[in-house]
Amino acid sequence: SPKMQGVAASVSESLGNIRPWLQKVTTQAKTTDSKYFTTTRKGEIFELKAELNSERKDKRKEAVKKVIASMTVGKDVSTLFPDVVNCMQADNLELKKLVYLYLMNYAKTQPDKAIMAVNTFVRDCEDPNPLIRALAVRTIGCIRVDEITAYLCDPLRKCLKDEDPYVRKTAAVCVAKLHDIDPLLVEEQGFLDALKELLADSNPMVVANAVAAITEISDSAQTDTAADMLCWSGQLINKLLTALNECTEWGQVFILDAVANYTPTENNEAQNMIERVSPRLAHANAAVVLSAVKVIMKLLEMLDPNSDFVVSTIKKLSAPLVTLLSSEPEIQYVALRNINLIVQKRPDILKQELKVFFVKYNDPIYVKLEKLDILIRLTSAANIANVLAELKEYATEVDVDFVRKAVRAIGRCAIKVESAAERCVSTLLDLIQTKVNYVVQEAIVVIKDIFRKYPNKYESVIGTLCENLDTLDEPEARASMIWIIGEYAERIDNADELLESFLEGFADEQTAVQLQLLTSVVKLFLKRPTDTQELVQQALSLATQEADNPDLRDRGYIYWRLLSTDPAAAKQVVLAEKPLISEETDLLEPNLLDELICHIGSLASVYHKPPAAFVDGRGGGQVAKATKGLPSRLAAEAGGAAAAAAGAGGGDFGAGTGAPGRPAVSVIPTQESLIGDLLDIDMSGGATAAAAMAAASASTNQQPVDLLGEGLDSLLGGPAPSATSPVPPSGASAAAGGSGADSLADIFGGLGGGVGGGLGGGGGFDPPMETWLPAQKGKGLQIEGRFLRRGPQLSMELRLRNNAMQQLNGFAVQFNKNSFGLAPAQPLAMNPLAPQQSVTTLLPLNTKGPVQKMDPLLTLQVAVKNNIDIFYFACLIPMYALFTEEGDMDKRVFLSTWKDIPPENETQFNLGSYAHDADTASTMLRSFNVFTIAKRSVESTDMLYQCVKLTNGILVLAELKIVPQTNAYTLSLKSRHVEIYPGVHEAYLAVLKG
Amino acid sequence: MIGGLFVYNHKGEVLISRVYRDDIGRNAVDAFRVNVIHARQQVRSPVNMIARTSFFHVKRSNIWLCAVSKKNLNAALVFQFLYKMLEVMGSYFGKINEENIKNNFVLIYELLDELLDYGYPQNTDTGVLKTFITQQGVKSQTKEETTKITNQVTGQIAWRREGIKYRRNELFLDVVESVNLLMSPQGQVLSAHVSGRVLMKSYLSGMPECKFGINDKVIVESRRAADSSSAAGATKSGHIAIDDCQFHQCVKLSKFDTEHAISFIPPDGEFELMRYRNTKDISLPFRVIPLVREIGRTKMEVKVVVKSNFKAVTKVEVRIPTPLNTSGVQVICMKGKARYKASDNAIVWKIKRMGGMKEWQLSAEIDLLNATDKAKKWTRPPISMNFEVPFAASGFKVRYLKVFESKLNYSDHDVIKWVRYIGKSGLYETRC
Repeated sequence: SPKMQGVAASVSESLGNIRPWLQKVTTQAKTTDSKYFTTTRKGEIFELKAELNSERKDKRKEAVKKVIASMTVGKDVSTLFPDVVNCMQADNLELKKLVYLYLMNYAKTQPDKAIMAVNTFVRDCEDPNPLIRALAVRTIGCIRVDEITAYLCDPLRKCLKDEDPYVRKTAAVCVAKLHDIDPLLVEEQGFLDALKELLADSNPMVVANAVAAITEISDSAQTDTAADMLCWSGQLINKLLTALNECTEWGQVFILDAVANYTPTENNEAQNMIERVSPRLAHANAAVVLSAVKVIMKLLEMLDPNSDFVVSTIKKLSAPLVTLLSSEPEIQYVALRNINLIVQKRPDILKQELKVFFVKYNDPIYVKLEKLDILIRLTSAANIANVLAELKEYATEVDVDFVRKAVRAIGRCAIKVESAAERCVSTLLDLIQTKVNYVVQEAIVVIKDIFRKYPNKYESVIGTLCENLDTLDEPEARASMIWIIGEYAERIDNADELLESFLEGFADEQTAVQLQLLTSVVKLFLKRPTDTQELVQQALSLATQEADNPDLRDRGYIYWRLLSTDPAAAKQVVLAEKPLISEETDLLEPNLLDELICHIGSLASVYHKPPAAFVDGRGGGQVAKATKGLPSRLAAEAGGAAAAAAGAGGGDFGAGTGAPGRPAVSVIPTQESLIGDLLDIDMSGGATAAAAMAAASASTNQQPVDLLGEGLDSLLGGPAPSATSPVPPSGASAAAGGSGADSLADIFGGLGGGVGGGLGGGGGFDPPMETWLPAQKGKGLQIEGRFLRRGPQLSMELRLRNNAMQQLNGFAVQFNKNSFGLAPAQPLAMNPLAPQQSVTTLLPLNTKGPVQKMDPLLTLQVAVKNNIDIFYFACLIPMYALFTEEGDMDKRVFLSTWKDIPPENETQFNLGSYAHDADTASTMLRSFNVFTIAKRSVESTDMLYQCVKLTNGILVLAELKIVPQTNAYTLSLKSRHVEIYPGVHEAYLAVLKG
Repeated sequence: MIGGLFVYNHKGEVLISRVYRDDIGRNAVDAFRVNVIHARQQVRSPVNMIARTSFFHVKRSNIWLCAVSKKNLNAALVFQFLYKMLEVMGSYFGKINEENIKNNFVLIYELLDELLDYGYPQNTDTGVLKTFITQQGVKSQTKEETTKITNQVTGQIAWRREGIKYRRNELFLDVVESVNLLMSPQGQVLSAHVSGRVLMKSYLSGMPECKFGINDKVIVESRRAADSSSAAGATKSGHIAIDDCQFHQCVKLSKFDTEHAISFIPPDGEFELMRYRNTKDISLPFRVIPLVREIGRTKMEVKVVVKSNFKAVTKVEVRIPTPLNTSGVQVICMKGKARYKASDNAIVWKIKRMGGMKEWQLSAEIDLLNATDKAKKWTRPPISMNFEVPFAASGFKVRYLKVFESKLNYSDHDVIKWVRYIGKSGLYETRC
């Protein structure tokens, strides 16, 4: 209103001065600056050069502007470096800023010329005007030239103690910049201490920037001392929480993100922290709100979930989260991705807020898809009617992805809420009637799942589904339809015709469809054997003889053999009762979820991936970073001891408790893809598939469950072992045959009989434990292990840790066929494992297992089963574990054996230098069953002739040459089996290094 | 933190490019252009990862604003910052468009230098920035002046300078509510909420401490409990239950949390004091009753009744969507003007003076071309309404706003205060 403008105009004088000026500047600019964006002309650089060196100040300034504009649009103006630097000494701040901008861009490419600027920087750092001092220190940290960095330390030190807070807050960030260029320099120069002192600064912005710098530095700390030094203490956190009240919104985010890295030591402290953080939930800045939610979510883990405090805190969280949904769409998206996590962790928080996740017509598609996801998670019997009405509405929208997701969601509702299943099915049928192609296909896919969940209930709709057979062109929909036909073959009169029509185009189908088609034809045959023999023959021969896909061939052979040997068993396997499919889908694995909860608000929470998956590790960072995890609950009577324990377990800031970056063990793909589809139980129901198989096989031959059989074999590409070893119809699939039954079945035979003893026992060299199964892959079960040899007994030492929320029990272990026939000598004796408990156990091994040469040779694939699932991992057997005590031999035998082995089998390895002399080396090696047969000295060079016998009888002869003075060890190996050389070489190295 | 910030025009040409971190190379600028702006299939997320680099973008008219990072940074902060940056640029040079950005590129670089340091957001308050980013240079300023500026920029009350003087102390409060509704064709409220904002314009001298009182149930009750003397007074009805509220950074949040008191030292000039959300007992100003009948393949009949549920005269607009294959529309309405707008695929019905507690009807016959492409089915978008009414649909009331400035000689009584309530339509939709 004019009245108000009048008031504004009469504002105090200082402001009055600025505003008209500002207006003048911008209007003036309007007529000029955009012309700098015109395209390059010939000779432009030359002209610019002349203008930069002009006598007139205004001309120089215009020239620098042109240079910056050219730089922005990507033109190379680096040749003007000296001319631009010349303009640097100008006393015009605007010009200075432009020149600095130029320097930051090009200094790296012209380090020698950048030196010219150093003096000006140093001088500017002492300028009486704090804005210029800060500008200089801000810019100099961005010039990544070693020669300049050296000049930076003194001015930076001064600026960190500057009287002006604006300079100090800029200097604080500069320490982080310098640390990125030269971390050791920062530590040597004591800048970390200076930074820590700034945490007590009287100015809130200085504190906030110091917090940001420290957080960043400690993420990439080079040494333990640095990491320790930057570790937050309870006292510091307390101070920061006080500073929170006075900071800018951004400063509050820095502080909250730092506070989230701290794990308190006592319940009271955690509660107090929550109380002090929760007022932030009412902040207008979404980042402040989400960071506060992160801190609270983390701390809640430590408290008694049933206490009034926790209940009321959880209540407080819901409204701010909902409010985030009225922000700008991009912020809504970030909020929704986070809410998706929060709802999985604590479903109660938003239980009552279903309606805010209803999709609005004008929501951007990314918001729509996320809302839909959350809507389904919040669906329950109480609100299903509302949800279903919405979903029906969504299924008529235009966006194909969204419509598909909505249709799928209807299916999920049916599976989740039994009482609504019927309504869902009829809704789906309505949708099928629309004949919109992708809607029909999506509906058929979900109806398949509904059939799975509620067998023999909705088969009346099959007729309608069959009407749409011709329109299905997507593999998943085709596969689903074929599954339905196979599953209900007895009720579909023309099932044989339908399948036959699919079979005609067999070669053109995708693998998933082909596999499904094969299975369904077999099902049909088992149900109606009389008139479908021809069909099954045709399908089997298509699969085994004409397909290139090994999975398909294998499945074909398995069915063929099953059918030809024992049709009754085939019936029991193929038509076995299916395990239930789970109600919830797409749930994140609990450990990952916990980690992501610690990253609320960050990119990790948007991607739903741990940071390690998308952030490149810093090359230099030597201090291992623990992945973040939620703290565990403290005992109510938390004394000092409990507190210490929590500190260690809580993924504390800087205190790396997790496993440092060992070379990752290769983990065999999850079982879904292995066992699951053999029986074709479901694309998603793999976890339970093994159980179904167990049921099937248990009924046929009272034998204990075979854990691995199919799973690993299908991975290895060989046909499944079969107890009766039938003659394969085509003769092409011999290979594996009979080994199955005897080798693996007895694993669970002798239950009980603890391992006991074994543990301890001295002597020799024990390698460190390696993580074989990280908790993330083991659904909470973490396995570390190593191989030990005590006298003749080879064993595997396992440390199992339960990181899941529930008890783990029913442990069993099995090995896949391996190069040396390693197998457990007795079952794994394990008591149930309580949450957070860890147990070390010794598993004695023998070498009577089935043999198959692996690549790499020493790979051992292991399966561990518990009440949750079956987990697969692979580890490497150290070669020395396979050296037997029978390696000693007569000198003459040694000599003749040596001669017998062809000379081309001899290979030499340099082992490096060691302090020990020949005798010591001989003794050391002897304790690992490397037998010294003879010793010879030639010109003071010691030669040891040694022999090793492996568990499978392979002999390795060795000549170990030790040159005095240099103590250089050279190893020559001779054996008939050269492929074991690398392993033996490794073993020597390991032993000699101790 | 933020590794770099780029501004593009709609063609993908770079207008501003500022790199803060060494891990962001020049190719990042091109990666965004190629994979997002020029993407063959429209990008469906505001966050995109390209070659292990994350790109956050917002779009304002034809301008793309994009932040890049290779770290696991705070995503909420990035978007908040991008919006803040749009706001700052807007207050410096008005509309965000290519022309203005090109004309002010030096200013924008100067702002970017100040707004972000090494990718960490610093002071982003427009009022404060304008005290020292003027494209003037500061050489002329005295030491006192610069110290004042730096204290201001980094200070505890970073949003207000000292020494403001007005001849007349005055303040304006606007309670602006946007009313959102989603109603089923049968008239069932699927979801309804009010998102309200309290906008304040303050022209007050010195460093005034303000106390703001509203009729929120929780706040009122706790105030009364704390103040037992007045508890004896009659309990007033007309309290509302606010679901959630958020405050400008000047409001002392810890005080709000413990005492339910809204107290603050306001920035000078205009700012958003508070935002709130309410879902209970909303008095919906209008109701729309639709009736759509498809008569064969080439004809449709639409009847729409609008009812007003309050006593005042206002201007309203109703948009009734029509199918894409509409060939002609005949409209009859009892009141106002209705026109078929082919470009919008809608019938737009405007009533200039909609009386209170009234009911008006529109009926239309829509002729359709024989749809050949079945897949392009009409999805029946909801009927929407635009209006502005002079009251708060949530029942939100300002109870008081007291001003205390102990150092200067003016009291609460001397301050002239204006309060206004506006209820606007947010997404006010009825499915048909």
